Amino acid sequence: MKGLRLSVAVTVVALVGAACASSESTPDEVVLMTHGSFVVSEGVLEAFTDETGVPVTVLQSADAGTMVNQAILTKDNPIADVLYGIDNTFLSRAIAEDLFLPYQAANIDVAPESLRISGDQVTPIDYGDVCVNLDPVGLEDRGLGLPESLADLADPAYRGLFVVEDPSTSSPGLAFLLATISVFGEEGEYPWQAYWGDLMANEVQIVPGWEQAYYGDFSGGSGEGERPAVVSYATSPVAEVYYSDLDAAPTSIIEDGCFRQIEYAGILSGTEAESTAQLLVDFLLARTFQEDIPLNMFVFPANEDAALPDVFVEYATVPANPVTMDPAAIEENRDRWLAEWATIVR
Amino acid sequence: MRSKRSLLLIGAIPAVFLGYFFIYPVLTILYTGLVPDGQIATSAFSEALTSPTVRGIAWFTLWQALLSTLLTVAIGLPIAYVFARYRFPGRSLLRSLTLVPFVLPTIVVGVAFLALVGPGSPFGVNLRGTIWAILIAHVFYNLAIVIRGVGAFWEQVDPHLEDAARILGAGRFRVFRTITLPLLRPAILSSAALVFLFSFTSFGVILVLGDLRHTTLEVEIWRQATAFLRLDLAAALAVLQLIGVTVLLVLYGKARNRRAAELTLRPPSEVARAPRTTGEWAVVASTLCMLAIIVVTPLAVLIWRSLSTPDGLGLSNYAHLFNPPRATAVFVSPTDAITNTLQFAVPAVLIASGIGLLAATVIVSASGRSSRVFDTVLMLPLGTSAVTIGFGFLVALDQPIDLRASILLVPVAHALVAIPFVVRSTVPVMESIQHRLREAAAVLGASPRRAWREVDLPLITRALAVAAMFAFAISVGEFGATSFIARPATATIPVAIFRLLGRPGTFGEAMAMSVILMAIVAVAALGIEAVRGTRSGGV
Repeated sequence: MKGLRLSVAVTVVALVGAACASSESTPDEVVLMTHGSFVVSEGVLEAFTDETGVPVTVLQSADAGTMVNQAILTKDNPIADVLYGIDNTFLSRAIAEDLFLPYQAANIDVAPESLRISGDQVTPIDYGDVCVNLDPVGLEDRGLGLPESLADLADPAYRGLFVVEDPSTSSPGLAFLLATISVFGEEGEYPWQAYWGDLMANEVQIVPGWEQAYYGDFSGGSGEGERPAVVSYATSPVAEVYYSDLDAAPTSIIEDGCFRQIEYAGILSGTEAESTAQLLVDFLLARTFQEDIPLNMFVFPANEDAALPDVFVEYATVPANPVTMDPAAIEENRDRWLAEWATIVR
Repeated sequence: MRSKRSLLLIGAIPAVFLGYFFIYPVLTILYTGLVPDGQIATSAFSEALTSPTVRGIAWFTLWQALLSTLLTVAIGLPIAYVFARYRFPGRSLLRSLTLVPFVLPTIVVGVAFLALVGPGSPFGVNLRGTIWAILIAHVFYNLAIVIRGVGAFWEQVDPHLEDAARILGAGRFRVFRTITLPLLRPAILSSAALVFLFSFTSFGVILVLGDLRHTTLEVEIWRQATAFLRLDLAAALAVLQLIGVTVLLVLYGKARNRRAAELTLRPPSEVARAPRTTGEWAVVASTLCMLAIIVVTPLAVLIWRSLSTPDGLGLSNYAHLFNPPRATAVFVSPTDAITNTLQFAVPAVLIASGIGLLAATVIVSASGRSSRVFDTVLMLPLGTSAVTIGFGFLVALDQPIDLRASILLVPVAHALVAIPFVVRSTVPVMESIQHRLREAAAVLGASPRRAWREVDLPLITRALAVAAMFAFAISVGEFGATSFIARPATATIPVAIFRLLGRPGTFGEAMAMSVILMAIVAVAALGIEAVRGTRSGGV
């Protein structure tokens, strides 16, 4: 009798223990916080659930700045387990706020060294280049050749033909400002401030967001405006081909002065599902998700083993020497640069 | 009429709702921003108060909002008059269309505006970068508030009052100034307050059509928070914005508090008639022309864009929405998007109507300062920046139940914006209901509850129908809260439009989706109009 009771008790304890253990290792869900441009094909995140038994819930902030704020404000009691989509312009701030648990994807070796950061806070997931896009037809109609450098755009021949985004309200706008700072430098005979002064004299149009710039002012591709040069992405011509029946890209890019944006994923400190979150970061860098990235978000997968879609292979131009900038340098100077920029263009 | 205790009970529900979903989150985020390490960040305050840039932004925010309000009321009044007093072909449809701009995403409207009055204008008018582009856009967005808000009241004002004055020899203008205007004053003030709050906290219009010189506190709060990650300065600016809104709401409360004229309201069917003379037809025609220029033209541009394809005019943009031609099925189908949108809109309308009505009852029945304070606080969510409320939810609503990422929060956030509409549309009607009517009912032995149900309710229902329409439109068009909490599979129409606009090549599809959004709001407005029509005979 006694032995039976004991064995029942042991079984109960074992069962409860197993239940607790399993509830720790498989949470109800894992929450992925990301920005508004995040798009994924049906079935891709489900593949993660098939592997791990945990469904993925996606929380999308409108823009990257809002996302970082939301993560910082909820640091002590996070609403998500993994943050994906933070780029090199916001990364330092997030790390300074101790937003992430140390972790790099188990499969980190598939990402080239150039995309990784020192330290083990985040894992690179994708990258893309912000470049000036051109409308060759619009330029030819005006009897102009294709500008080949950022400096060309300040040439009076290209007066009134260029539209850019406000760096304080737009992420490609900030990337372009950083590109000009890197290309022209802060000191010397012709620093970035002088370049912007010339752009202003050349009647550059500044708009708050990418949508207005590309659709409202740009004349190439699906743009509906009057200006043949716009700050957009190196992959915009690819998207133009992909969403139309054309067999050649209607727009092109200036390969000079492109700014490389790298987007990372990290595990939010305070998560109660750390091990599942680690699996999710691994999954984001694995081929299933990586090969889904290009045609949904029009950026490049960080995983070098991921196969690119045909339209990327055929039409994408990858700038040979994109501008890169240390996230710490961006964090340190961003406010000052934006303030200086504002005084030049006001 | 009502006992103090029952008023307290009725008032408790809206008070708790507002306290938990507005006051508590806003105070928490302001505290988080302004007292970062247990020490009050005085430097942010002094920065906000002494910076000439901030002063310029605050001043611009105020005067553009006042000017937008004046313009919207000036243009809206004659249109409201024509809709209230005349029956003509296409009246219901046109009136329903006025609600459409209210829901359209600003990026979409911005593109339409720039096509009409931008650098490539067919009329040769380039208003880009001028204050006029912003003012016209505010009129475009808010005209419905005046047309519907004042119109709902005007169409129940007995025209015999004016006729009598004219027979006694008063001129048209004198009749308007001495008879009509005083009668309409509560309704005009109500609508003007709503237009003012929308313009004061204008965000999308300013971002799309403004520039660095023309920006509002709302945009600056967002910029400081998201581009500079300066929560302290953003919070200081939010306090500045709240103070400004409160001061204006108190002034509005004072103006409103002057005794409203009591009059017998008539069913709209008895008030409106067909225009008779050439002069009357001219008034109707010229007013409708103005409406067409301001509201219909930009909508027509969007419809035309949605039909433009590489091979001329056609329906392929719509076909692509239902049947995406590319392998990556990234977009929610229009039918799913409509279902998702309604799933948020219906509870939002119910919450806003219920809580708004309870609040309006308290405001009308209670007297003096407590009623005014309650009224002012109810309006505040409209004058508070979305960033403040959104971040407030995040820092405050994790206890006792974690609502921060809950789907329930979407209709709640929508209702918060819609409740002022319910209050502002029902209060003027409630106040104008003749005490005599109720007293007569009491003399005849009816209980106060029965008097409320049989006398007040039918009149209030008509006002509530207008408010419900706005609540519906607010929910259907809302983007920020919905996009954060809605899962990719539960994306609403505005979220779908945002995604389509997020890449080159799917602009036509975004326009088609916008036209679908327009159609839904127009159909809903027509539907409510029809319901209102059948109910209104009963008084």
